[in-house]
Amino acid sequence: MNRRSLVLAALLAAGLLLLPAFAGPYLLSVVTLILFFAYAGQAWNVMMGFAGQLSLGHSLYVGIGAYVSAGLFFHYGIGPWAGIWASMLACVAAGAVIGFLAFRFGISGVYFALLTIAFAEFTRIGFDHINALGGPGGLFIKVSQRETWDLLNLRGPPAMFYYVMLALAVGAFALCTWLLRSRAGYYWQAIRENEEAAQALGINTFRWKMLAVMLSAAMTSLAGVFFAFYYNNLFPEQIFNISRSIEIILGPVIGGVGTLFGPILGAAVLTVLADSITELLAALGWEFPGVKQVFYGCVLLVVVMFLPHGIWPALARRLGLGRTAGKD
Amino acid sequence: MPVELVVNVALAGTLTGLVYGLMALGLSVIFGVVRVVNFAHGEMMTIAMYAAVLLFAHWNIDPFVAALPIAAVFFVLGYALQTGLINPFITRPEHSQFMLLVAVAIIMVNGLLVGFGPDARSVQVEYQLESWALGPILFDKARLYAAAMALLASAALFAFFRFTLAGKAIRACADNYLGARVVGLNVHRYYALTFGLGSACVAIAGCMMVVLVDVTPVLGPGFTLLAFVIVIVGGLGSMPGALLGGVLIGLSEAMAGLFIQPSAKSMVSFALLILVLLFRPQGLLGRRA
Repeated sequence: MNRRSLVLAALLAAGLLLLPAFAGPYLLSVVTLILFFAYAGQAWNVMMGFAGQLSLGHSLYVGIGAYVSAGLFFHYGIGPWAGIWASMLACVAAGAVIGFLAFRFGISGVYFALLTIAFAEFTRIGFDHINALGGPGGLFIKVSQRETWDLLNLRGPPAMFYYVMLALAVGAFALCTWLLRSRAGYYWQAIRENEEAAQALGINTFRWKMLAVMLSAAMTSLAGVFFAFYYNNLFPEQIFNISRSIEIILGPVIGGVGTLFGPILGAAVLTVLADSITELLAALGWEFPGVKQVFYGCVLLVVVMFLPHGIWPALARRLGLGRTAGKD
Repeated sequence: MPVELVVNVALAGTLTGLVYGLMALGLSVIFGVVRVVNFAHGEMMTIAMYAAVLLFAHWNIDPFVAALPIAAVFFVLGYALQTGLINPFITRPEHSQFMLLVAVAIIMVNGLLVGFGPDARSVQVEYQLESWALGPILFDKARLYAAAMALLASAALFAFFRFTLAGKAIRACADNYLGARVVGLNVHRYYALTFGLGSACVAIAGCMMVVLVDVTPVLGPGFTLLAFVIVIVGGLGSMPGALLGGVLIGLSEAMAGLFIQPSAKSMVSFALLILVLLFRPQGLLGRRA
């Protein structure tokens, strides 16, 4: 890291830590959402950006993570302090099943991506038929209070959720930074670039790919737990939907797949973009359903076409931050 | 459960399945040649359905007649889409191609939403309520016509690939990209031709589908997923496989609706997909790559 990036990082950290002191509820909710997608994107990036396994069904882990914790809280009053472990375990198990089946049977590329979609859709329809968890009618968590911080049960004011999400996002960033420089990170990158060559070098590709899927699933499950307790309602139709998987992927793809800052930058750019389009259309008086998404799709199209490696690598060069970790 | 009911439901499922098959055929042909998964396939299908609704509402043109001009327009649009957007992405990684087509799909779904609103539209023709009875078995006229049209369009596509020079050239591009270039084929032009043909398939399938079900803008992603399931089950890139997959999925959906419950019908399709991916990843009629 050079001096310039240190100064930038310090400014960013100070801004993020002090944000709830001066931001209104709207800005706070927007930044919380950015951090949520930054975190989930980081989790997805472990699997795709590091190990090169394209998952298009990450809503599966968000959904299972959310439903396990929310179900425990709803039926037995067990708070997320215990629920997160159950959620993580369930998601690791789901990831292990998918990974084991796919990698044992030699499924890769497009077929692997479609398999992940299939599992997410299968589970979505399955949860529609679990009456104990509300079925298609949804599961609602009671909001007991919004004043004091109850971290163990994740009940409290929006500022608490903001700091929880900030901690998760920073934690994921630190973990990924360490991972990229660890043995696992190098093995993953070798597998991503050329799996056969990696195998020839004696890397047990099956084991390391499994690790990537399970780790990514465990990280994503926490995003699900947060989602459940932040929004207090869960519908299979929404949480397992393929559009949720796409939302998670958009951040890292726009920001830069395989980079550490890409998912964060991508999430920020997309969330701000979506909100400014809403504002712009409101100012113009064009508030028909769908107009916003058409604009959004067009911007997405332009970015994908003209910045094939994402925004971060281009921006980092421009800012003179030099080589970023991973792919540059 | 009476046997006649089961047979009738199975028959309806099979006939609808042929229309599904034609839709999936478009996807399969595009993937088989261009090696790009068209994530906007179902969205293109809904656009075709709306085109048929419009032609019917304004000029009272029967969807079976409208299918031809709509297919022609879709051919041109598909050709342009491949030339303008997708050809530059051929050598990009899969997630990049995926994002491109997702962006196209988002624009399509919401463009329809802006243009037509969220309400369901439909086409009402006399023969929708008529049927022929063969003993206790009922042949739904609309469904039978739609299936026949799907078979006809598929046969035309088969013949094109089998007997015409352009069809053979496209197969050459699919078999060996470098070899095709060496013998002087303009591979990118044939890719565009293929995407145009795939789009024409989905256009005809859409015109048939609108006779069977009402259309809303949000049907798109569901059709895309359905087309994926069908081509994977049948074999991605295999043309007879797409039709077989369509019939299998149509049949299993109908049976699941009858024996389990209607809301669980796509669960059976996805279960079938997972099983096929695990035990025969090249699909039922596919060749191992």
